[in-house]
Amino acid sequence: MLHIFCPHCGELRSEEEFHAAGQAHIPRPLEPNACSDEEWGDYMFFRDNPRGLHHELWIHAAGCRQYFNATRDTVTYEILETYPIGAKPQVTGKGASPQLAVSGQGEKV
Amino acid sequence: MSAINVYQQRPGNDAHAESPLHHADLPSLVGKGRKNAGVTLREKAFLGHLTLRGDGRDPAFAGAVFKALGLELPVALTVVANDEMSLQWLGPDEWLLIVPGGQELSVEQKLREALGDLHIQIVNVSGGQTLLQLTGPNVREVLMKSTSYDVHPNNFPVGKAVGTVFAKSQLVIRRTGEDTWELLIRRSFSDYWWLWLQDASAEFGLSIEA
Repeated sequence: MLHIFCPHCGELRSEEEFHAAGQAHIPRPLEPNACSDEEWGDYMFFRDNPRGLHHELWIHAAGCRQYFNATRDTVTYEILETYPIGAKPQVTGKGASPQLAVSGQGEKV
Repeated sequence: MSAINVYQQRPGNDAHAESPLHHADLPSLVGKGRKNAGVTLREKAFLGHLTLRGDGRDPAFAGAVFKALGLELPVALTVVANDEMSLQWLGPDEWLLIVPGGQELSVEQKLREALGDLHIQIVNVSGGQTLLQLTGPNVREVLMKSTSYDVHPNNFPVGKAVGTVFAKSQLVIRRTGEDTWELLIRRSFSDYWWLWLQDASAEFGLSIEA
């Protein structure tokens, strides 16, 4: 079974306690009234669907009921890191070696 | 003190009250189980449950809670208790305080006075949930059948409390003693848990305490 590290509980928990909640790091436009229809539509409905690294929003639904972010490889389902809302991801796929991060808190068990 | 309307939500002792497991009529089952049963179940009914929210990293918040209750704010996945009440970590900004039935109002007032103008929330959720206490040498086996969480003593020492999946739903498991565990369950699920626990503990023998 897949184990996911919850940054709030501070330990690895089984996947069935969690729910995925879509793509992470989508800021709401500060002035919605100033948006064009296209900008608002992009914010509202359009999401990335990458092959490889993806930053996602997850919720620890059965545990502490808090949202957090995870960096996941959509090909292998490997979760490379989890980090609280507001923090920046360590693994971005640009320059940083994923190998290095695997030894961190998001490691597979 | 804020302008929140704090009032007595508990009806007097004359009022008819039914606990979440009232329909199971537990008192009539006392002493009917197998002798030397491996699991003993007791519903800790009609306790006062208060959820407390605030900024746990703020020393003023933790200090005020300690001043009002005499309990240190517990860190992640723990529950602290004294003779009367228990305070449990539910999330980074959420705690559950369980007090003897009837003391909800006075404790809430004391907390609100100590916390003053801090950004906090206290809600009385006594009617929505209840505690089941399981004791006995085989309780751990029953839990192992029911949840994917590791309940081995190495991972689950006394004083730990976790919210997790259990059977086909969710609840909070608290370990309050070597062989004593508590399940914090929602009222609407109480019948499901009652049926599940009877089935899961049948092989070890289940006895009921009033």
